[in-house]
Amino acid sequence: MLGRSANGVFWMFRYLERAENTARLLDAGFRMALTRGDSASSDEWRSVLVTMGLDHDFRARGGDYTGAQVSNFILRDKDNPGSVLAMIEAARTNARMVRTAITREVWEATNESWMILRDRLGRPARESNLGEVLGDIRRQATLVRGAMEGTMLRNEIFNFARIGTFLERADNTARILDVKYHVLLPSVAWVGSSLDHVQWDTVLRSVAGDRAYRWLNAGSMDARGIASFLILDGRFPRSLTFCYEKLRSNMAGLAREYGVETRAHELLRNTGSRLHQTSIDRIVEAGLHEFIVEFIACNLDVATAVAKDYRFTD
Amino acid sequence: MNSGTTIHYDEMFDAAGGVRLAYAGYADWYAGQDPHWLKKQSAEAEGFFRRTGITFNVYGNDAGEERLIPFDMVPRIITAAEWRRLSRGIEQRVRALNAFLHDVYHRQEIVRAGKLPERLLRENAAYLPEMAGFVPPGGVYTHIVGIDLVRTGPDEFMVLEDNARTPSGVSYMLENRETMMAMFPELFTRVRVRPVSDYPRRLARSLAASVPPAATVASGSRPTVAVLTPGIYNSAYFEHAFLADQMGAELVEGSDLRVVDGRIAMRTTRGWQAVDVLYRRVDDEFLDPLTFNPTSVLGVPGIMDVYRSGGITIANAPGTGIADDKAIYSFMPEIVEFYTGEKPILKNVPTWRCSEPQSLAHVLEHLPELVVKEVHGSGGYGMLIGPTSSKREIAEFAAKLRARPDNYIAQPTLALSTCPIFTRAGLAPRHVDLRPFVLVSPNGVDITPGGLTRVALKKGSLVVNSSQGGGTKDSWVLED
Repeated sequence: MLGRSANGVFWMFRYLERAENTARLLDAGFRMALTRGDSASSDEWRSVLVTMGLDHDFRARGGDYTGAQVSNFILRDKDNPGSVLAMIEAARTNARMVRTAITREVWEATNESWMILRDRLGRPARESNLGEVLGDIRRQATLVRGAMEGTMLRNEIFNFARIGTFLERADNTARILDVKYHVLLPSVAWVGSSLDHVQWDTVLRSVAGDRAYRWLNAGSMDARGIASFLILDGRFPRSLTFCYEKLRSNMAGLAREYGVETRAHELLRNTGSRLHQTSIDRIVEAGLHEFIVEFIACNLDVATAVAKDYRFTD
Repeated sequence: MNSGTTIHYDEMFDAAGGVRLAYAGYADWYAGQDPHWLKKQSAEAEGFFRRTGITFNVYGNDAGEERLIPFDMVPRIITAAEWRRLSRGIEQRVRALNAFLHDVYHRQEIVRAGKLPERLLRENAAYLPEMAGFVPPGGVYTHIVGIDLVRTGPDEFMVLEDNARTPSGVSYMLENRETMMAMFPELFTRVRVRPVSDYPRRLARSLAASVPPAATVASGSRPTVAVLTPGIYNSAYFEHAFLADQMGAELVEGSDLRVVDGRIAMRTTRGWQAVDVLYRRVDDEFLDPLTFNPTSVLGVPGIMDVYRSGGITIANAPGTGIADDKAIYSFMPEIVEFYTGEKPILKNVPTWRCSEPQSLAHVLEHLPELVVKEVHGSGGYGMLIGPTSSKREIAEFAAKLRARPDNYIAQPTLALSTCPIFTRAGLAPRHVDLRPFVLVSPNGVDITPGGLTRVALKKGSLVVNSSQGGGTKDSWVLED
């Protein structure tokens, strides 16, 4: 396949994944804000922006950290090139560019998502319908994924799409951890306070892991357990370990099809084995923050190597 | 352009309101349908096209704005006997076009014989000196041709235009049929219509038959065919992607290609891979910045050298646009006869060449009745439609005409045939034309039954161009 098409498929799925994760993050912020006072909720909205790397742009534009302003900035603001609408548009533009690499059903699901969300996000979201809008975003992403699952050949194209998806997802989960790591650090004074519980709940919700975590841990919640769940639990589909297991499998698929491994495979193995050979105790001991920062950098290196090894650009 | 009070040939109904033979089966079916249901179907067709992404970009509008070409659900129907005669005429014309192109880039016998003024070649930007003395692989110049036909009577089909450069619209022919079959499956069990869906397969086969000398295609494998598009903002991008997808060919942009070891190669995830046949949807001018427009980023630097040394097949060959020229068009009857030794089966629309003083005088005198076109123009731009123009517009155009007479040709306002479209008030006649698609390979000429019917949706209008408010219809050729 063309290097440009591989690049297009890769980014199409990165954008879709990012749009979906952004919706989840907003949803968590929204719930948090509902249950808390104004000043605390403005902290929460700010942290949502920080997680997405948008706080600087938001401040430059001048606005208050209220639900309506932050949501609209993240969802649809024309001044925000990283808005959900812009990401859906970018995903669709990439899909159009690689139209011959994807099935008609995947294309139509993507195109329809864009049509629906463009209408949805054409008007400012209000608190009363924000939940509905966010639900639409998640649902549309699910439709594309379903079309992909059901109709695409399991070949290099599929592998590039999945590699894009899981590199993005790992990055997004790591970023949430990076912004919230202090919440998850053991602190004598705060342990067991209700504030902790709300914060922890937000972290879990923003990766759609609240129910899964509770189910696995029979209702008991502690910081270390949550960090371990998001980083190391291979059963949870948004954990770093899960993403890297998937990446390993899709990269192996490429190696099989091409008959050769690349530098990206090596980098991936290194980062993957880090996750494999560690424990939450060791991570916390050496520094949760440091661990995450390093992970994000390694994840980026893998993405860069994939683009280079498979000639995404000239 | 308005048809005024002239009597038009309607393809469905005769003057007494009776249904013509071609439409008998359809009219039967139509009479049995619930009008409310038909209205609902008509409204849903647009949603179908939007979801599928069959859109085109209109030049001059906001970048990226995508519009639909309206689809009308009443088919345009041609009988088997009508089609047999038409396809004989089309084949004759396409063979003549290829012979003509070979000749103008070699000995120019037609000029020597005094049948065509040499000036029309010499002063024409579409004539490429780079092609002189070169024979394209397999001897084929126009792998894909669209012949625009209009009808004025029961047996009168005339050629309005030849599209030997890069004819577009075939994806609409295919999608219109798909849409009709999805909307009215039972209709196709009642009326036997010749299929069009194998066009992409025939196109792929036809292109693969024209491999260049340098291609080394292992037995059992296929030549590498790629479709070259200017990119997603081009008005016909949907079609480029559609055809590449249906053919199983790569869809490439200029930036994906470069010269590698005397071949044109595309950048794949495994490295550079040679392309054997390039179905290019990029104009000549932008094909090679080293040879033509140096600012072009749509083409491939050095592709003309590779082409001339037998490293790649370019379809259509560069320089075929000379045959689309409207001044050349006016000589098509002579051209057909010169190369085939036969009388042309399909007539031209009568054409005045304004370069000839007598004709110019006639045209200037009759401007309000005529259609005047630029010889190099296309897409309905830059023309004067006498009957619908104001006195001032006509006077302004007359000044342009006097200043550069050889830049124009003029034709009478034709009584184009009509075919009904579906409106809220029921069936209503609208003017139509027809673009059949013709494939040429070293193995012969292959015409897909039917083609693209374009329809002027405005009452009385004669302008069918999609860029100017025209729509399309599914075109049926009936089985024998």
